[in-house]
Amino acid sequence: MSEFLISITPIDWLLDPLTHDFMRRALMVSALVGGVCGLLSCYMTLKGWALMGDAVSHAVMPGVVVAYALGLPFSLGAFVFGVGSVALIGFVKQKSRIKEDTVIGLVFTGFFALGLVLVSKIKSNIDLMQILFGSPLGISRSDVNQTLIISFIVISILLIFRKDLMLYCFDAKHARSIGINTGILHYLLLTLLSLSAVVGLQTVGIILVVAMLITPGATAYLLTDRFDQMTLLAVISSSFSSILGVYISYWSDIETGGSIVLVQTLIFLIAFLFAPRYGIFKNQTFINNN
Amino acid sequence: MNPIFKSHEKDFMRIEAEQVCVDYNGTVALYDASLNLKAGSICGLVGMNGAGKSTFFKALMGFVRPSRGKIRINGIKVNHAQKEQSVAYVPQNEGIDYSFPVSVWDVVMMGRYGAMNIFRIPRESDRRAVVHALERVDLLDLRERPIGSLSGGQRKRAFLARAIAQRASVLLLDEPFSGVDVPTEKLMAELFLQFRQEGHTILISTHDLNHVRDFCDFVVLINKTVLAYGETSEVFTSENLNKTFGGIPPNPLSGPTSSKDFINE
Repeated sequence: MSEFLISITPIDWLLDPLTHDFMRRALMVSALVGGVCGLLSCYMTLKGWALMGDAVSHAVMPGVVVAYALGLPFSLGAFVFGVGSVALIGFVKQKSRIKEDTVIGLVFTGFFALGLVLVSKIKSNIDLMQILFGSPLGISRSDVNQTLIISFIVISILLIFRKDLMLYCFDAKHARSIGINTGILHYLLLTLLSLSAVVGLQTVGIILVVAMLITPGATAYLLTDRFDQMTLLAVISSSFSSILGVYISYWSDIETGGSIVLVQTLIFLIAFLFAPRYGIFKNQTFINNN
Repeated sequence: MNPIFKSHEKDFMRIEAEQVCVDYNGTVALYDASLNLKAGSICGLVGMNGAGKSTFFKALMGFVRPSRGKIRINGIKVNHAQKEQSVAYVPQNEGIDYSFPVSVWDVVMMGRYGAMNIFRIPRESDRRAVVHALERVDLLDLRERPIGSLSGGQRKRAFLARAIAQRASVLLLDEPFSGVDVPTEKLMAELFLQFRQEGHTILISTHDLNHVRDFCDFVVLINKTVLAYGETSEVFTSENLNKTFGGIPPNPLSGPTSSKDFINE
């Protein structure tokens, strides 16, 4: 394998995968999913919802299984269970003395376990490994269409309510005091989270989808003090990681989801060390001049 | 009367609270709290922590629903008044995430969101309102700076500018003097007096009695209910303050000792 890698030119490295139909599809879907999750990840990191992202992305599992079994769009099942898990978290927290992080952990592992049991019990052609680890290289045409539709919905809503959601994350009290319905924004953000988890699990699987929902935002947060720049950087780094991850996975025959998330983590590490203002080895002159 | 106010806002009491009761899951936080504030007044809301100050504030902002009583802002319900941008809230410094990636300009522009369409795209008039507000708090030069790079006093001024940009007739300020420097305190004091002249009504929640004595025309002493309410000179008696602070009498009427030391115990 390594001899083969050395013998090809960078141009071939880039172009050869594009000759395959499945690779073109995988690259397109991964870049799109990366963009969607990257955009949302800004709100997740700023709102402090990383744990919530983890919870929702795991909790959609039984929804996906049930939807597959009933022949419904898997996004519908995921949506119901994603929002349902959050409602349940709120309910248990309110009605008991248990702290929120405990409730979150409790609910999402419960849902996840239910999903695992359902997969093993329901006779269907769902591949457990595909749900857990994603498989962008083997994505079907109907799944591509569904991903396109959901991505379009999520991006549209995020663009329309960009400022309102930003204000909600920054100062919800002010949002309320000028007559904005923050309750609706709260559930809107949760809905977008559920939908993004569904598209994210296509490429990296349920276990790693939370990385797609927080890492790009965290990376961008280290690089800028501007919200608009942050969203742009998150989308770019996330899409780039997805594409590069798929390429690496293709050439070195490694697991695709892991490859994508590793690239993301590597980019975060670079930002963590060398970000001009907030990195460990920050540029002193840059700070003094600003 | 300043022309920025809508015509119906002139004729009513700015803030009208009538026998307001609030309870949380059966625990009474506030009962029979009544208050009338006319246009162009500054009122201090004074009480110990847990005395119901913030509950009263939340009720005035519509964040908690009173179990009894009614609240009117400019003669209309609180949520309607909010839709008309009549109420501006200036938060405590502690309640804000200052590492959030927004500039001073962005923060002040948030005061205009309620007046914009759903996409919140600023018009020329919104930009002018923001520039004007920044000028009044002397922050125009720092408008491009991230909010986190400001000092405590500058941060407070930025949020005050947001309230100014909103052009609300009622301003609710939560502990406005905590953690601000002397220049900011002076600037804020001057601004409050200008606001009063322009017909704004300001309600200041604080436990700093010296500031109340300096700025406020009216004072509300609160301990689960309104203990005393009226012009500052009449209400600020040691007997009333004793009632408010439950026998730990801070002495704001004489001597330079900070009353904070007593109250924070």
